[in-house]
Amino acid sequence: MTITADQSRTHGYDDLPRLMGLMTGDEKHGPAATSTLDVLWVLYDRVLRVAPERRDDPARDRFLLSKGHGPMAYYAVLAAKGFVPVGWLPDFGAYDSPLGHHPDRVLVPGAEIGSGSLGHGLPIAVGTALGLRAQGRPDPAVWVLIGDAELDEGSNHEAIAFAGPAGLDRLHTVVIDNSSASHARPGGIAARFEAAGWSAATVDGRDHEALHAAFTAPHPGRPHVVVARVEPKNA
Amino acid sequence: MDTMRDRFAPVVSRLLDEDPRVAVVLAEIGADGFREALRRHPDRVINVGIREQLLIGAAAGLSLTGLRPVVHTFASFLVERPFEQVKLDLGHQDTGAVLVSAAASFDWPAGGFTHMAPGDVALLDTLDGWTVHVPGHPDEAETLLHHAIAAGDDKVYVRLSVQANRQGRLIDGRHFVTVREGRSGVVVAVGPVLDAVLAATEGLDVTVLYATTVRPFDAAGLRRATEAAGTDVVLVEPYLAGTSTAAVSEALSDVPHRVLGLGVGRRELRRYGTIEEHVAAHGLDAAALRERIGSFTGAGRVPAGR
Repeated sequence: MTITADQSRTHGYDDLPRLMGLMTGDEKHGPAATSTLDVLWVLYDRVLRVAPERRDDPARDRFLLSKGHGPMAYYAVLAAKGFVPVGWLPDFGAYDSPLGHHPDRVLVPGAEIGSGSLGHGLPIAVGTALGLRAQGRPDPAVWVLIGDAELDEGSNHEAIAFAGPAGLDRLHTVVIDNSSASHARPGGIAARFEAAGWSAATVDGRDHEALHAAFTAPHPGRPHVVVARVEPKNA
Repeated sequence: MDTMRDRFAPVVSRLLDEDPRVAVVLAEIGADGFREALRRHPDRVINVGIREQLLIGAAAGLSLTGLRPVVHTFASFLVERPFEQVKLDLGHQDTGAVLVSAAASFDWPAGGFTHMAPGDVALLDTLDGWTVHVPGHPDEAETLLHHAIAAGDDKVYVRLSVQANRQGRLIDGRHFVTVREGRSGVVVAVGPVLDAVLAATEGLDVTVLYATTVRPFDAAGLRRATEAAGTDVVLVEPYLAGTSTAAVSEALSDVPHRVLGLGVGRRELRRYGTIEEHVAAHGLDAAALRERIGSFTGAGRVPAGR
């Protein structure tokens, strides 16, 4: 695990609960309080080739948070990695804070998209992957994070059905599966991606090694989905 | 005469050759015209299939990587169906695109109301920062397409129609053009309605302004025209009646004025038939326009007491 410097101190995974606490006033945020925390950490710590000083580098990897609800884990990771000053966190949601209850790319350094309305990230990620390909940039990876209930939105299925046959192999989707969809079948998430020609892996969304292995698995010629299973939301 | 849409694919295909930023995004409709361009630029001519939410979302993604997406389908499926994508993926994300529509109001009357979107410009009016071009002739469509694609990362809507005036006019992509000058009112004719407006106002003492770019609205041009012609203003728009009434009121907010907004009615006709029949049904033929413009401005009447 790498430790990055922000102003005078450094932040690692163990600091994330405290950073989230700055936003919520709750000192004891365990990982279970947020379904996305481990996935976000493993991506930003070990997978994404991004850094605060590379925010405008056209060759950077892109991470698009489509599930914009409950962004405290995202802001905490961005703060830990030096994109967002830790001093911004306590004003979370205030009128003049850049950090809203849904992120705005115009306001948050390092945020590739604004989100909140569900089902927008994956189509934008498809366009981002197409745009990089059209400009002869085969290296940057495009990642989008969505929730299992967010998959209800039909716009995702337009993107999934297109990206497989189009062979967008730089496109990656992480589905955080906390069983929050009202109507779902076991295994249904990966199956829908696979039916459209995606490479798919389903792993424990709290297991950092398993996540890393799934995130870095080769998938030549095909987009890749990682279904990260965590505790059911309503358990 | 060829149509505005006949010019669309050739013009944009040339720009694909010349400008590496240009990309075309389609949802099946119009794909045939880009077959040759697709062969030359397989990565910048993108047909997403019949998926209009993806159409706009993908365009936003292309824009985020620095490209200039030109997005085309029928207006119903370009503006109305994916309206939230237009609002968020382009507006809220602060990206740009050129949306080029066809068949907006009643270009295909036999196709019925599922293929009509007379409210397209009014819908875009609920959003910030859109430029709206409404060419009235294929030559003007070419000019405005060039303006639109060259406009940096702006959000631009170009409304192509099979309805057109007999001759194109010199336009600059910003200002209204004075076609006729009078003293008893100003008629603003938008895009393809100009020929009917000129026929309707023959012999009436009104100024006729020709508008092919309606957003931003040329408030200064309208104000100048009212100095000699007075502040009775008639809008004749090829889309929803009254769409630009607020823009006229804002332009003339410090002077007493009257506005009549003519255009496509809100009521669904549930009729098929021809374009001419729909023009007449919405009161947009020359005879109906003459009656409505004349009685509003009084420009055709002999003043009392003379």
